[in-house]
Amino acid sequence: MRDFIIRRLVYAVPTLIGISIITFAIARLSPGDPIRLFTFGIKDFTQEDYLRLLHAYGLDKPMPLQYVDWVTNIFRGSFGESLIYHRDAFVMLMERLPNTLQLALVALLIQLIIGVPLGVLAALKRGSWVDGAIRIFGVAGHAVPAFWLGLILIILFAVNLRWLPSIGMLTVGHDQWDIADRIKHMILPAFVLALTGIANYSRILRTETLDVLAQDFVRTAHSKGLRERTVVYVHALRNALIPVVTALGGILAALVGGALVIEQVFSWPGVGQFTFQAAIAKDYPIVQAGVMFTSTLLVLSYLLRDLTYAIVDPRIKVG
Amino acid sequence: MATTTATVGVLAPPSLARPSRSLWSNAWWKLRRDKLTIGAFIILLVLGALSLAAPLFSDYVFHYRFEQQDLLHTYEKPTFENPAYLLGSDEIGRSQVVRLLYGGRISLTVGFVAALVNLTVGVSLGLSAGYFRGPLDDAITWVITTLNGIPQLYLLLIIAALWQPGPLTLIVIIGLLNWTGISLFVRGQTFALREREFVTAARTIGAKDRRIMFRHILPNVLPLIFVLAAIDIGAIILLESALSFLGLGILPPTPTWGNLLTNAVSYFVRAWWLVVSPGVLIFLTVLCLYLIGDGLRDALDPRLKTH
Repeated sequence: MRDFIIRRLVYAVPTLIGISIITFAIARLSPGDPIRLFTFGIKDFTQEDYLRLLHAYGLDKPMPLQYVDWVTNIFRGSFGESLIYHRDAFVMLMERLPNTLQLALVALLIQLIIGVPLGVLAALKRGSWVDGAIRIFGVAGHAVPAFWLGLILIILFAVNLRWLPSIGMLTVGHDQWDIADRIKHMILPAFVLALTGIANYSRILRTETLDVLAQDFVRTAHSKGLRERTVVYVHALRNALIPVVTALGGILAALVGGALVIEQVFSWPGVGQFTFQAAIAKDYPIVQAGVMFTSTLLVLSYLLRDLTYAIVDPRIKVG
Repeated sequence: MATTTATVGVLAPPSLARPSRSLWSNAWWKLRRDKLTIGAFIILLVLGALSLAAPLFSDYVFHYRFEQQDLLHTYEKPTFENPAYLLGSDEIGRSQVVRLLYGGRISLTVGFVAALVNLTVGVSLGLSAGYFRGPLDDAITWVITTLNGIPQLYLLLIIAALWQPGPLTLIVIIGLLNWTGISLFVRGQTFALREREFVTAARTIGAKDRRIMFRHILPNVLPLIFVLAAIDIGAIILLESALSFLGLGILPPTPTWGNLLTNAVSYFVRAWWLVVSPGVLIFLTVLCLYLIGDGLRDALDPRLKTH
């Protein structure tokens, strides 16, 4: 097991190198000069000052050397200073991380709580209208543009019914620890973010439960005279739940990526929204920090998925 | 094949015996009975035809051009009285229905063209990686894991925000980013197929690598590539609409379903119907594509257990 973990960690290194090259290239090769942006509007800014700054930030070196500098600085814990806020980019990103995590975890929970039972239900009621409805939902949930659903829900619940707040994380002026207020703000974005996952889990669990129910040990359990409920919940479901773990990697990717759009629609002050706004403003250090950080998170979550999968399913060769 | 038919004829009652069919005719036979897939296909065709005929509709049915304004009829509610305002009008009196038709042209084109790029890149790289293995496979796999490691939407949004590409460039960028899933699938299949007897047989009679790849392996992977293609087109249409919605895709005045939504958002308190219709069209199109993908998978994969 230890070897397995170490090998997987080593595999992640070239991936992270690749990601860092892409991140660096997108930001640095894009049109627009960071120094010009940085110093925009400063009076008496001469060409000489420009060259001095260029040199000070190491931007006059050849690209490969700049890349090495950038990576070295990351290992020193610095992505550089934001061009707009003049604060450390990574620190600013970390300030927004709890907000994104909150949203993603609640969405993950909603996915499991709704998606898994739906899939099992569909399998147990196979062929009935319940099954049909859940199957159609399983496809439809993927096909809805999430941002649009968010808008429709805002129009319905925030604008017309006035039940829920439309944007932000807290009501302005409220106590930060007002949990009820926080939950109210979270319901809509978390549900919209969860939708794809709910559809995903319901599909996976349906197929998987049907597969398991057709296996010999389930027939044995039946023939032993066990009650239907015991067969389904004790024998079948345990095995059907394995893919919940395998699907986690893709679902986390969808959560992280999807969060960006949802955060934007609901003005949720998270990592995605922050990175996106920075990209619009061409605040390179924040963009680089944002992409690098979320990508690392994603690679780590793939890693975690593989590990849990190896633990849950002993048939996977470890080593 | 003749012997198989004969055996079946002997063993099964005559009513159950049916002539052996090729994969494609068998798939077509199954597909014809799948009402949901056929329905989805028809809806998609109708949407495609309507979008394609957008100029005809705007000239002869609605008598309203897509950029035509009417400041006396802004925020019209959907009405049957004036065909041009069938789905309402926007803040400067443009006809929503005509703009939706034109928007469909762009959105569908983006989906199909980018998916074509995806397929070309994905299939050729997957096929090469799976067939030649070794360092080439390592290199391609590295690119795939790297691209998969960056959240797709992040990458796309940031490229779009920093580089501000035009519509054509955008299609190419989406096409060059989104192929990893297809590639992984083709690679896996090729891995398994190249060990099969018919490939060894082909090699024994002196077939070249290229011939084996394209004449022997690819046709075996092809059916499921159609499934992936249908789903891929849907995913790209969603992606483009999200990009346009965030103001980074194809920009007005060219209407697309995504940027019609962006525009509608600014006025949704006054005119909620402008928000509903583009979203419904995106949803319907993508839903149809996904259903077609599912239906094709059921029809084309003989190994698939039919639940």
